[in-house]
Amino acid sequence: MTKRFALGIFDDEDVLLHAIENIRAAGVKIHDVFSPYPVHGIDDALGIERSRLPIAAFFFGLTGLSFALWMQIYMLGFDWPMIIGGKPHIALPAFIPVSFEMTVLFCAHGMVLTFFTISKLYPRWKVPVMDVRATDDKFVMAIELKDDASELSRLTQLLRENGASEVNEKEMTQK
Amino acid sequence: MQHVSPVREPLVTGGKTYHDITQDVCRQVEAKPNIRWMAALSVALFFLGIFFYSVYRTLWYGIGEWGLNKTVGWAWDITNFVWWVGIGHAGTLISAVLLLFRQKWRSSINRAAEAMTIFAVICAAMFPVLHMGRPWLAYWVFPFQNTFGSLWVNFNSPLLWDVFAISTYFSVSLVFWYIGLIPDFATIRDRAKGPIAKRAYALLSFGWKGSAKAWSRYETVSLILAGVATPLVLSVHTIVSMDFATSVVPGWHTTIFPPYFVAGAIFSGFAMVLTLMLITRVVFKLEDYITIEHIALMNKIMMITGSIVGVAYITEFFIAWYSQVEFEQYAFINRATGPYWWAYASMMTCNVITPQLVWFRRIRYSIPATFILSIIVNIGMWFERFVIIVTSLHRDYLPSSWVMFSPTWVDIGIYVGTLGLFFTLFLLFAKFFPVVNMAEVKTILKYGVDNGPTYTGHHGHAHQVAPAHQPVAPAIPASAPVNYNKHD
Repeated sequence: MTKRFALGIFDDEDVLLHAIENIRAAGVKIHDVFSPYPVHGIDDALGIERSRLPIAAFFFGLTGLSFALWMQIYMLGFDWPMIIGGKPHIALPAFIPVSFEMTVLFCAHGMVLTFFTISKLYPRWKVPVMDVRATDDKFVMAIELKDDASELSRLTQLLRENGASEVNEKEMTQK
Repeated sequence: MQHVSPVREPLVTGGKTYHDITQDVCRQVEAKPNIRWMAALSVALFFLGIFFYSVYRTLWYGIGEWGLNKTVGWAWDITNFVWWVGIGHAGTLISAVLLLFRQKWRSSINRAAEAMTIFAVICAAMFPVLHMGRPWLAYWVFPFQNTFGSLWVNFNSPLLWDVFAISTYFSVSLVFWYIGLIPDFATIRDRAKGPIAKRAYALLSFGWKGSAKAWSRYETVSLILAGVATPLVLSVHTIVSMDFATSVVPGWHTTIFPPYFVAGAIFSGFAMVLTLMLITRVVFKLEDYITIEHIALMNKIMMITGSIVGVAYITEFFIAWYSQVEFEQYAFINRATGPYWWAYASMMTCNVITPQLVWFRRIRYSIPATFILSIIVNIGMWFERFVIIVTSLHRDYLPSSWVMFSPTWVDIGIYVGTLGLFFTLFLLFAKFFPVVNMAEVKTILKYGVDNGPTYTGHHGHAHQVAPAHQPVAPAIPASAPVNYNKHD
């Protein structure tokens, strides 16, 4: 399915942030904004909700901790108890280091895999981008064009008024 | 707007624009390898060859190829292991701890320092694995069922804690490093001309496009990873120190070891970061990103951690006397005045006196002096581990087993070989990966620069940059309202 986009190219993050506010206030839906670095304040301007990844990370960590404790208690306490240095079979203080490491291991990898999955980040041969300069020095605002002949010129004017240095039209094939 | 203070020094000098950052960092990735890089790689590969030959001798003829004996069962292998792991810690300190403390200057050294961490941990891992004698059975350190012929692993043993600590540390550092690399791989991908480079960097970039939502999540992930990596890095060297501290060997059995080892690790790691950065900034012409201020700040961290290490040396001595345990006292007297006095003297000179020179501003801001100091600290920290390990072991409770340790050429070969392995990996990284985190440096470009790259009008594509250090009000485009509350 092919979609058409109006791309407003901005040179500066502050101009971009004002433009986002003004354009949203004008009732135009912004498809996405592409920037070469994380622009602080863009989440509020675009109305992006706070990520719930920290909650996921917490539960991954909890899983790791539980798994580590179960593993050590089961192996040394029940499956094959051994007397080591006269210590009790379930010597909890000695289990702290491994439990901590497993907590960190599960938390970090679980969160990163979740991040890759929800952001659809995976290795691929070709990456179609709106504008190659969005990873260099330009801030690219994409607005989807519905089939209206006057829409592009209207959006061009709106973007120009809000400080876009150029406005382009781009067709993207999406799955 | 960004808070602008005439007091703050800019973090990036030379009046760079965003595009300049991309150009400066991508230059060496896109250029053909130059002769100096090829020459350096050849030297590194030569030492890597020595590594492989020494490893072959170790595996074919056994651990008897090393200089170990009945009394000194741990020597160069564990010395080198601790030395390499310690070096790695500075990378995590820069990428995680300084992120939590909002030290923005870390951005331009973060990438290379973290690469150093990963390569250092790879080098470190070689020693315990080779000391196993049969490295193809290395997976026995993990808890597998006893159909393999043994019981479960012993979770009470610090050596097992080390297995979990080092493998967690390595994999988490690798992921942290890679997450940071993704946006920069996308930058290289979008600039790439050749079909192979374009495909390769497309694969590496994981399809990154820089959308606002992805950046928002990226920042969350970075922050949480920094949050878990900070206690992780402290735990790793704490556990490494417990390999010694939980034993009953005089000279090892001390409660001061965990903080003392962590401080020593950061001390030696910053020395290695300085050595690498001083070379990297000149070879890749990154003086505007890795500035003299960066070097001075790293020198200060080296001085603080070096002083902690110095205090720890003296405390150990005091406690040995105060404990009234004659074996403990002998271990320390023997360290300082016994047959290995020269190793102890090298350690004290390199690690206690050298960092104190950094109090002088002229030394702190001098590139040649810093380079020499960083090498001396690396040597000193190697001797510290050698002193702790060999001098504590070579004269044990039974005087009839007292011996000296001397390394064989295989010991030396594996050690200099890991240096070859480290520099081979670092040189490949420096050629094919962006050595400076472009995306992060772009966020700090305006820091301390009044009137940074600013929008100049509807048709102005050029960025107007005022000279730094000039306390003028930030230029605000007429079309934009000023009262935007940006959270920084």
